[in-house]
Amino acid sequence: MSEENKYPLKKVVIICAKGSIEDVYATLVMANGAVMEGIETKVFFTFFGLDAITKKKMLKLHTATVGNPAMTMPGGIPFPTLLGAIPGVEAGVSAMMKKQMEALDIPPVDEFLEMITAGGGELYACKLAVDMFKLKKEDLFDDVKDIITVGEFYELVGGQQTQIIFT
Amino acid sequence: MAQKNYSGVNISVDEEGYMTDSSQWTKEIAKEMAKEEGLNLTEEHIKLLEFIREKVLSGSALTIRAIGKSGFTDIKGFYQLFPGAPLKKATKYAGVSKPSTCV
Repeated sequence: MSEENKYPLKKVVIICAKGSIEDVYATLVMANGAVMEGIETKVFFTFFGLDAITKKKMLKLHTATVGNPAMTMPGGIPFPTLLGAIPGVEAGVSAMMKKQMEALDIPPVDEFLEMITAGGGELYACKLAVDMFKLKKEDLFDDVKDIITVGEFYELVGGQQTQIIFT
Repeated sequence: MAQKNYSGVNISVDEEGYMTDSSQWTKEIAKEMAKEEGLNLTEEHIKLLEFIREKVLSGSALTIRAIGKSGFTDIKGFYQLFPGAPLKKATKYAGVSKPSTCV
């Protein structure tokens, strides 16, 4: 048996600190994937990552069309930054991304979070960021287990064969 | 490729125990396979395995979301039916290949 198979991952803690579609989905796909593998999974949302678990914002995430060098038009033509600045373009591009994800059976944010918690994954919000954005527990998605401090976050991470992933 | 004997039938499996010939599958094989890993399959399990077979053998991608919408169980129920890694286990007992999706 190889070295890495001797110590399979038991727990993963994923930090989501950004609120664009691609950042949030990176977190959700990694978290759901871990749950599906039977790995204990905890997700910590902080700063703009909180948008992913804020009821009013979670289904309205956008991807940046300005200052995003990886952005191209269909066919691979570079996407001019000035075009991205026109009102409505960012919303259009974001809608297109969501449509493409739906085609691959990637669910909307709320349903994805429910999939993670249905499998035993846990969702946490960062206390400092919640205070900063003047949010309350009731503003957050119902499945969010708790609003915790950094110290409590580190308590969650304890134990052997545990990894932290920062997306 | 390895051979394994389940309920008196010789079947071929890959190194992870997935059946390489789906047409050899029977309910009895599924039950013995699961029992070997400490899980007793009920009729509820079997119904879901049959749904998975139908879905995979018709060529569509199998996701955990699709199972949640199958009408047989929801996602929470699926995790309870096949504790641990449900999609991996269920596809194995259903006699189809290991899931190739990330969701």
